[in-house]
Amino acid sequence: MAKYMLLIFGDPAQWDAMTPDEWKAHDAAHAAFHDAAGARVVSAAQLESPPVATTLRAGSDGGLVLTDGPFLETKEGLGGFYLVDADDLDEVTKLAALLPEVRAAHSAVEIRPVVDHG
Amino acid sequence: MSEAIDAAVALAHRREWAQLLAVLARTTGDLALAEECVQEAFASALEVWPVEGVPARPGAWLTRVARNRALDELRRRAAFRRRLPLLVTDGAVPSPEDGLDDDRLRLIFTCCHPALSQEAQAALTLRLVCGLSTGEVARAFLVSEPTMAARLTRAKKKIATARIPYRTPPPESLGERVSVVLEVVQLIFSTGHTAPAGPGLVRHDLLDRALDLGRLLHLLMPTSADVSAQLALMLLTSARASARVSPDGRLLLLSEQDRSLWNAGQIEQGEALLVEALRRGPPGRYALQAAIAASHASAPGWEATDWHEIVALYERLFVLWPSPVVALNRAVALGMRDGPSAGLDALAPLLSEPALATYPYLSAARADFLRQLGRVSAAASAYEEALVLTSNDVERRFLLERLGSL
Repeated sequence: MAKYMLLIFGDPAQWDAMTPDEWKAHDAAHAAFHDAAGARVVSAAQLESPPVATTLRAGSDGGLVLTDGPFLETKEGLGGFYLVDADDLDEVTKLAALLPEVRAAHSAVEIRPVVDHG
Repeated sequence: MSEAIDAAVALAHRREWAQLLAVLARTTGDLALAEECVQEAFASALEVWPVEGVPARPGAWLTRVARNRALDELRRRAAFRRRLPLLVTDGAVPSPEDGLDDDRLRLIFTCCHPALSQEAQAALTLRLVCGLSTGEVARAFLVSEPTMAARLTRAKKKIATARIPYRTPPPESLGERVSVVLEVVQLIFSTGHTAPAGPGLVRHDLLDRALDLGRLLHLLMPTSADVSAQLALMLLTSARASARVSPDGRLLLLSEQDRSLWNAGQIEQGEALLVEALRRGPPGRYALQAAIAASHASAPGWEATDWHEIVALYERLFVLWPSPVVALNRAVALGMRDGPSAGLDALAPLLSEPALATYPYLSAARADFLRQLGRVSAAASAYEEALVLTSNDVERRFLLERLGSL
């Protein structure tokens, strides 16, 4: 068994523009994912929109600098994640295929194995 | 004597490598270790066989040596309690009724997993399934050996850390996964059929490896229509390989080739496989391409080519696989059927196709139609365009001669 992080990326403007009916279908798909994954979901969260992010990094004078916005200033950003247990990449891919974000043109799901420190 | 030993090792290498590596990968659960031990088994064959003679069963000898080497290494690692990235193997052997319980198939499907880039898939297949050295794989894809070594290491690391499973795919995804494998085999074949650069037109070593892979897949998946059709396509195409270059190294077009040099045995096998594929269902992409190759193969001479049939087959192929390269081939066939002016018209819409912007055969095809129409200066600039885009020496010489003859 290994852990994988499913990182849901997409265009927040497109998510904001979704109608209540579209959200209903979207939520139903996430519920179906939860049903299929069951106890394999270790944790999950939907994140507030990337523009709300605050980024902390080293400044040139050795101090810390807070900036408004996400680390990567791209049109698409991280919208949420699932941390799941799976036997292998094929199994986790099959689960991830249930997420609605893999169907929309502006979004996708990145599958990252989690380092196992034993 | 030593030549006979070298030949015996080479034969064993070609016959046994994939099986040996595939079994070791499953039993050790470590692809890199399997690769290393199989490599060492062949190295020790080169040392031991000249002294003790070639064993009666070379495969069994090599398996024993590779397995002992792997056991030593696993014991040593266990003593140091090192954590290892392991292959995800099934443990239990899958149900035999699916007919896909073969270690070589597990190895092929793992190397050609869709989570790997196509260049990584092809490199891994040549290295791990065909047993080419890293240097040979590097030369096949025209990159330096360190670059290829890094590419292979990265791909093996991904298999281990992302846990790409070492197994044959389940029935519901088998079709998709087989087509990924066939694309890799076809890529290796095409790279051998017209080398992207270098002195020779044909890389026979790569053609042979691709044919070996095709035959192995057909042996292991005899009921797959796509597998039969792709092997048919390779056989029907490679049957012409020796006739494509004149004794003095000139490129010969289909119209100029000595058809008695075509490999009749390969044509016959290819046709039989195509019939087999067509019996199993409606023709797919490879079956239609094989049918086009078979149509050329069955014409007794260039003048007897059935361009009506070939255009019709390209039409069907384009519906199934609407790629710009298929559109280009269809346009050329149309020009052969209806004359150079019609061919030129059919090529015209492809000139704005971005995917063909650096494709030399578009310029070469235009140049040829323009030449036939006597439009000398337009033909010359099209040949020059094709030359800029061509890196194979034999093809360049052909284009230069055509340019000079205008």
